[in-house]
This record gives sequence, structure tokens and C-alpha cells, in this order.
Amino acid sequence: MIPLIELKDVYKIYQMGDNTVYATKGVSLKIFKGEFVAIVGQSGSGKSTLMNIIGCLDVPTKGKYFLNGSDVSALKDDKQADIRNKKLGFIFQQYNLISKLNVLENVELSLLYGGYSSIDRVNLAKAAIARVGLSDKMKNLPSQLSGGQQQRVSIARALANNPSIILADEPTGALDSQTGIRVLNFLQKLNNEGNTIVLITHDNNIAMKAKRIIKIKDGEIIYDGVPENAFEE
Amino acid sequence: MGFTQAFKLALKSILSSKMRSLLTMLGIIIGVGSVIILISLMNGVTNEVVSAFESMGTNVLNVSIVGRNSSRKINVNDMYELYTNNMDVFMAMSPTLNVSGTIKYGTTTYTSTSLNGVSEDYAKMNQLEMQKGRFLAYSDLNDYHKVAVVGTYFDQEVFNNNSIGKYIKINGYQYEIVGVIEEQDDSAEGSTDDCIYIPYTTAAKVSYSKVSSFTFATINPEYNEYGTYLIENSLYEVLQNENYYSVSDRATLIETATEMTSMLTMVLVGIASISLLVGGIGIMNIMLVSVTERIREIGIRKSLGAKRRDIMSQFLIEAGTTSALGGIIGIVFGIFVSEILGNIVGINASPTFPSIMISFSISVFIGILFGFLPANKAAKLNPIDALRYD
Ligand SMILES: Nc1ncnc2c1ncn2[C@@H]1O[C@H](COP(=O)(O)OP(=O)(O)OP(=O)(O)O)[C@@H](O)[C@H]1O
Ligand SMILES: [Mg+2]
Repeated sequence: MIPLIELKDVYKIYQMGDNTVYATKGVSLKIFKGEFVAIVGQSGSGKSTLMNIIGCLDVPTKGKYFLNGSDVSALKDDKQADIRNKKLGFIFQQYNLISKLNVLENVELSLLYGGYSSIDRVNLAKAAIARVGLSDKMKNLPSQLSGGQQQRVSIARALANNPSIILADEPTGALDSQTGIRVLNFLQKLNNEGNTIVLITHDNNIAMKAKRIIKIKDGEIIYDGVPENAFEE
Repeated sequence: MGFTQAFKLALKSILSSKMRSLLTMLGIIIGVGSVIILISLMNGVTNEVVSAFESMGTNVLNVSIVGRNSSRKINVNDMYELYTNNMDVFMAMSPTLNVSGTIKYGTTTYTSTSLNGVSEDYAKMNQLEMQKGRFLAYSDLNDYHKVAVVGTYFDQEVFNNNSIGKYIKINGYQYEIVGVIEEQDDSAEGSTDDCIYIPYTTAAKVSYSKVSSFTFATINPEYNEYGTYLIENSLYEVLQNENYYSVSDRATLIETATEMTSMLTMVLVGIASISLLVGGIGIMNIMLVSVTERIREIGIRKSLGAKRRDIMSQFLIEAGTTSALGGIIGIVFGIFVSEILGNIVGINASPTFPSIMISFSISVFIGILFGFLPANKAAKLNPIDALRYD
């Protein structure tokens, strides 16, 4: 079976004057369809860098990235945009909703860039909003929602396009633990429905909910396996 | 992303900060407004000039003999002969003689009056209608009658609407008033209505001057050129010098006047267009600010799959919509102000439809032109940097 995501010896190197920063240092990994992977590590260990590469928001300095078997390591801007639009759904720590647009319009965005007709857009967006249980808040602006509700809107937006992979960078970071758990339960539910999820967190308890944990330190993978053994030292 | 979608987005963004949008548009509003005002006013002036000339008849050729050679003289009969020999070209002819003399009625002397010696054909050629009485007749000319036809100034202001049959003194001779020409201007002193026509034969006799100009009317303005050629030919035959005469044709005069006013319009519009340029720079400035303010939004859109051209068209359409709105406001403002100014000056100043369309297109074009730099800047943003931007 071809992995959905395959990284081969991926480096991301930043040159800061005389300083060379290795944000990722030879990372290789495979993620298959239907997995729920948590990437953990300390602040500055390179989690977000890795997710940006997986999410086609960034390209590796060195190494290869195969998405669904095809090499996407050195794609041009617009090709990357196309892949983000069709294959990936993002959930960010700061929700990243557009403040001038209401819930429905925010959820419609990726469909808009995907070239759906306006009827399809509205129907798909409404379905996605219904899945996160916010049908009654369709016309609200982000500022008229609680943090947890905003995060659910961003989940609906990530789901609307029916992506192959959902990437979540610290989705619970800005939420209280109760709400965080609810969001996480929702991600678990999505995974049970067959969605592939890559979750980034520095909270071990949250990571334990995943089926697989990848631990990163200084840009290198130091653990890759089941959650049970991940945190025993 | 479709155009209508982008357009809606742009309108939303413009309406979300009305004051700023209005200030952004101000340069375009003023630029388009002044272009419309200038075009309207110049249009009004041109029409005024053209219709003034046209009311005098476009088929009229004015011939003046400026030089005089002792042995070669233009004789009135020669010109009459030229006319009668070419009745297929000319419709009428009148020798004209500008008389300088004192005009007196009672104890008052009238100095602003234009006094002309003409023939019986003159009224027909210049579309002069009679209000009362009659114009000069062939017998008046033939028999050197001392009769006069006056403008409404004399009838109304001098003779209390009762001038027919009265006598007016010109250079010491009494002339009987036989007709009043219909009002052409406002009957005031010094206006077109302050005029007297007397037979050119009488005028030549009493003022001892020679007829030195002629007015010909062609049967159709299309014959003006040929008529001019005929007249010039016959004058050259006699005078043997092109500098001794000139033939001017009103249709050509109108053309020249129209050319001049349209050239003036171009220059003025060119100057007014500088404010359009300034307006464009204003739009560029605000769009650059708006791009910086929305870097995060651009990052989000890109992370969701917006391509360069999506972002580009979003900002271009926003700039174009802003300037188009400014253009529409400017056009309305311009039409409004030109109506008012036209009323004050007393001309019909309204813009032509093409001038409205052109100013509208130019304003949209300027918005897109000056929106290009900011839009390009937004489109080229790196998604991660944009997402991280605070
Ligand atoms: N644009 C950049 N220029 C230079 N260095 C960078 C850049 N982006 C990231 N880095 C560096 O790369 C390293 C990894 O950063 P990254 O954001 O991936 O960490 P992280 O694991 O997500 O941390 P956190 O948990 O705090 O979000 C850090 O040392 C960071 O300073
Ligand atoms: Mg991070």
C-alpha cells in the first residue's frame, strides 16, 4: 500500500546570519490512510516546521516529500495551493477565521477556491457546519462566538472540502481543558469515520488520545510508535 | 473564484470602511468631475459658436477687396455679372458697404450702431426676418432712395415701437424707416439689434465711397468651394494679385472654430487628467496599506488554496471597484456642477455620452493600473510568513 504521506530525509534549514538553524534534521516518516498521529515535542523542536511541510505550506530545503505517491517536494506556489485546497484541511491554534466574514462565508472559502458552484458551496458548507453542531450560528461573525465555537468553525472549514488529511497544529492550545477535550473527541470521531489526522501538541495527555505518537527533539524523530510506550523514560 | 464573487467581496470591503473609501476615491471624484465639467462647458461653448455661425447661414461667402490698384478696379456690375452667369452655383449676391457716419434722431447721436449699405438680397441671404414693414427693394437701390431698415433697438428703445414712417438722420440726410428686422439678440444698445441697413447705392453716393465687399450665397454649402474658386478666379483676372482680395466661407470658419475649441478642450482635459493621476496614486497608497493590514487574511486564504491570481484579482477588483465608484460619483457631481455653471453662463452645458463612458472607463483603468502594485505584493506573499504576521 502506498503511504498517504511519506517524508524521506527531510531537512529544513534556516540561515540566520552566521547561524545555521536546522528546524528539521533528516526526518523520514510514513503515514497511512486512516491513521491518527500526534506529533509531540518541546517548543522549538520543529513540530510546526514539519507540519508546514506536510501541509504544503512550505517546501523542504533537502529531502523528498511524497503525497499519495507523487513528489511534491519542489512544487510552485499555485500547485501547492491546489494541493492544499483539494487534499488538506488545516486547523490552527488561533482558529484563523476571517473576521469580516460570517461562519457560513468562512466555511465556504476553501470551496470558493476549489471552484464549486455557489449552490454546491452553500450546501457543502452547511453540511460541514451541521457536523460541528453550529447550524444555528451560521450568520454570526467570528467575534460573536466563543473560542471553542470558533475552533469548531475552523474544523468545519477544514472538513468542508472533504480532504484526505486533516492537519491540526495545537488545536486545543487556546482552549480550556474541557473545551479542548470536546474538540479532541470530535477529531477522534472524525478519525473513526475514516479521516486521516495529524495533530501537533505539546500536551502529552492530549497526545495519548492518538493511535500513534511521533516525538521530535531538535528537529529529529526520537520516538515513533504506540502511545503506551511514548512517555516512559 | 468567479468575478461576481470577487466583486461582491470588493464591495463588502469598500463598504466596511466608508469614510476611508470615500477619501480614497476623492482624487478620482475630483479628477473625473473636472473632466466632465470641462468637456460639458467646452461642448456648450462650441455648440453656441457653431449655432451662432449657422444662424448667419453656412452658405454665405464674404468677399472683401483690400487692395486697390489705380488702373484695376472691381466694379459692382462685374460682380453682378459673375452672379447672373452662375445662377446654378449662387443663390443671391449683395454688395455691402460699411458706412461710417453720424446717426441722429432729434438731438441724440447714436455711435454704437452698425450701419451697412446692402442690396435687396441681403435679408434673404442672412436669414433676416422682418418684424414690421419691408426690407429694401430693388427700386430703392435703383433710384437711390433714402430709406432705412432698422433693428429692434431703434424700434423699441428709440421710437417706442412706432418707427415705421419716421425719419432718422444719417450724415445729415433724412432717411425714412420702412422696416424693422426681427429681434436677434436682446434689443439692447450695441447688440446685433442695434443696426441700420440702407441701400448700398445710396450709401456709396452720399459717402463718396466705393463698394469694397460683397456677400454671395451659394445654393447649397456644398457649392462653397466651387463658388469661392469662381469668385477668386474672376477677382484675380481683374486685380492680378492674390493679396488684394479675400474670400471667406462661414462653413470653413465654423470648422476652424470647432477645431480650436476642441483643441482647447483637449488641453484643459489634459490638465484636469493630472488630478486623475493623483487620484490613482491615492488608490495605490490606500491599497498598499490595506494589503499590509490584511496580510493574515491573505495567509489564511492561501492556506485554504487561494492561488496567486485569486489574491491578485481580489485586490485588483477592489481597486477597480473603488475607482469605478469614485468615477460614478465624479460623473454625477460633474454633470450636476456643469448644469449649474451652464445656467449661470447661459449655455447648454451637458456632457456627451461618449465623454461619460470614456471618463468612466479611464477611472476603472486607473484603479486597476495603480492597484496592480499592491495586488502583486499581496499575491506574492509566502503563506507561512503571512499566517505568522501580526
Ligand atoms: N522563518 C524562520 N526563520 C528562522 N528560524 C526559524 C523560522 N521558522 C522556524 N525557525 C526555527 O526553527 C525551529 C523550529 O521551529 P518550529 O516553529 O517548528 O517549532 P515548534 O516545535 O512548532 O515550537 P512551538 O511548540 O513553540 O510551536 C525553531 O528553533 C525556530 O526558531
Ligand atoms: Mg509550533
